[in-house]
Amino acid sequence: MFSEWAWLIPALPALSVLIIVFSGRALPWKGAEVGIVALLASLGLSLGVAWEVFSHNAGVTQGIGPAGDADAAPAGAEAFLLERGLTLTPLGGDLAVELGMRVDGLAAMMFVLVTAVSLMVHIYSTGYMHGDARYTYFFALLSLFSFSMLLLVIASDLLVLLVGWELVGICSYLLIGFWWEDKHNQDASIKAFLTTKLGDVGLVVGIMALAGMFGTFSIQGVLDGVAAGDHSQALLTFALLALILGAVGKSAQFPLHTWLPDAMAGPTPVSALIHAATMVTAGVFIVARLFPAYQAAPVAQGTLAIIGAITLVMAGLLALVQTDLKRVLAYSTVSQLGYMMAALSFSYVAGVFHLFTHGFFKALLFLGAGSVIHAAHSNHMTEMGGLRRVMPVTFWTFLAGSLALIAIPPLAGFWSKDEILVAALEAGGYTGTVVLVLGALGGLITAFYMTRALYLVFAGEFRGHGHPHESEPAMTAPLIALAIPAVAIGWINLPFPALQPLSLSSWVMFDVDYWVANPVELNAVVAVIATVLALAGVLAARAIYREAPERDPLLHLGLLTHVLQRRYYLDDLYTDLIARTAVRDKLAPAAVWFSDRVLDGAVYWSGRGTYELGQGLYATGDQRGIDGAVNGLGLSALWSGARMRLAQSGNVQLYAGALFIGVFVLAVVFASGA
Amino acid sequence: MQAVFPLTFAALLFSAGVYGVLSRRNAVLVLMSVELMLAAVTVNLVAFHGLVASEAGDPLLSGQVFALFVMGIGAAEVGVGLAIVLLLYRNRATVNVDDADLMKY
Repeated sequence: MFSEWAWLIPALPALSVLIIVFSGRALPWKGAEVGIVALLASLGLSLGVAWEVFSHNAGVTQGIGPAGDADAAPAGAEAFLLERGLTLTPLGGDLAVELGMRVDGLAAMMFVLVTAVSLMVHIYSTGYMHGDARYTYFFALLSLFSFSMLLLVIASDLLVLLVGWELVGICSYLLIGFWWEDKHNQDASIKAFLTTKLGDVGLVVGIMALAGMFGTFSIQGVLDGVAAGDHSQALLTFALLALILGAVGKSAQFPLHTWLPDAMAGPTPVSALIHAATMVTAGVFIVARLFPAYQAAPVAQGTLAIIGAITLVMAGLLALVQTDLKRVLAYSTVSQLGYMMAALSFSYVAGVFHLFTHGFFKALLFLGAGSVIHAAHSNHMTEMGGLRRVMPVTFWTFLAGSLALIAIPPLAGFWSKDEILVAALEAGGYTGTVVLVLGALGGLITAFYMTRALYLVFAGEFRGHGHPHESEPAMTAPLIALAIPAVAIGWINLPFPALQPLSLSSWVMFDVDYWVANPVELNAVVAVIATVLALAGVLAARAIYREAPERDPLLHLGLLTHVLQRRYYLDDLYTDLIARTAVRDKLAPAAVWFSDRVLDGAVYWSGRGTYELGQGLYATGDQRGIDGAVNGLGLSALWSGARMRLAQSGNVQLYAGALFIGVFVLAVVFASGA
Repeated sequence: MQAVFPLTFAALLFSAGVYGVLSRRNAVLVLMSVELMLAAVTVNLVAFHGLVASEAGDPLLSGQVFALFVMGIGAAEVGVGLAIVLLLYRNRATVNVDDADLMKY
């Protein structure tokens, strides 16, 4: 019922873009109301779709009973899946591109996440961006981004997914560089664009490889092809690894994570929407979309786990030494995305669940950070402090988001992170152990840096300038609205078998067999250890920062701090060594030389040669040959006429003599002829 | 009758006329030489009449009649020619044909 109309979910923000672009400035709220209304309608429709998918899937799973009871799914039990589409131009052969929608549990979940966060960000932005010179443009871009992300989510075809993928990349570029008057922001947007573009090469290669293997761009076709098993294992692994490269770029995984912290140059609502809750999850999303294919390629799954595990610890450590509040959250996002990637190598539900909960509480944290920055007029935590008293709403909502991120039970982050650790434990083996240990360690680090940020921002005395005050209702209302899911959204997938048929694992399942075979379970030991580690991180940070937040000992650890502040020298490697030394100083001049000398030379000399040839032909062929022939004919006529006219001497007797000679000759000729 | 005698005579007469036309510088003498050539042709006409008439007959006497025409036209020609010579003399005070070469080149 609702699912048939799911195409309206991306279509409404697209319509909103057009309306804002063409008549936004003339509207009373400068276009903001158009985006809000469109997103509100999309959110309503998304909830309808979500309810429809959930009621269908829950009906199926309730028939099976509590998770773990049955050995196999009963025949005929299918997860919800609706595909509608119209075939675009045929490409020849059997390849066709389909503009279609694929509505299933994963898409329904992403609809709710994207539209809900986007709506909150729209509302928040009416306050945060108030009075900005390009206010209408900002809302047009927000709507365009929402459309692009929803297109990516709804796509039933890998090429359409690629279109959405690139569109969100462009929106990200435009919004990071939104305040382009500042060179620093321009650099950040270019860096983000180029870095993700490097990953996109892998994505395109992966999509083409899959299309080449299975003869279709359709996601269902690819999954069916993998299920049929009639394919080269090496080629499938290659294609999926190439897709991981795309996901690594978009989801800011090691080693392409360097763009995301710089992307914080954009307006804070953008950071919340794009660089925390939605766009950066696109990489996680595509892996989840093709999860059955990844199950068939253990090498690709292992790669995912290792990349995710490295990323989550590495980024967590970087977050420890940041003084910019948004950068703390950015590295935290990178770290949490690492959790999701690692989770997807073991458990579909754990990765998707963490994506869902993280989207809400990280959006909350960013919007809270925006509120703080708005009040303190600085991004730096050294110029904050003591804001708990003057900004109570921001403080309490930020605290809720932080505790959810730290994974304190029973907040959202606890349940999803716990499932990841349990999944890693159950998977076992080398990768499982690595993810389990590093994931638990990451929880400790997360707790430490978030507590540090809380103390630096909200405790002690205000160290900045001016008199901060609580933000306006347009900004605090979304904070309160997002605090509710940050606290409670984890309860939709409690790890108790009896509840599983009515939970997120049932809602987002792509396959009933998988749901039956992989029940979500509570592991008390893991949960207790993870919670103890989190509390240890909180208490350690509290001990250090409660008394004197301004004396930050982490910033005085000598070499360690230096390495972390230089971001493991990865930025130096990329920017100085690769971009400047290798590309700018060596490759670019070589390319210029080649272009200048070889290519331009070839062009110049071919032109010059043609010119010279033409000149030669003109001088020789035209002037000498053709003109010479024409002139020579005239001159020879003139010359011979000048000679021949002498015969007309005017002497009658000469004429008569010639006449007689002529007659004599003719007479002789005729006589001899006769 | 042997036709060869009158024909030989006419040829000699014609040749004398040609020689006169080509070699004389006096326009009057040139005219006279032209008359010699006309006379040679007249002799030929009469001689061939005799030849043709003795073998095939010539009831219309065409050779004789043509001879009379030639004499008539010769008289007219001398009249025109002498008139030209007279005018030449009046305008240029000479009758030398070498000097009458205005229509050259």
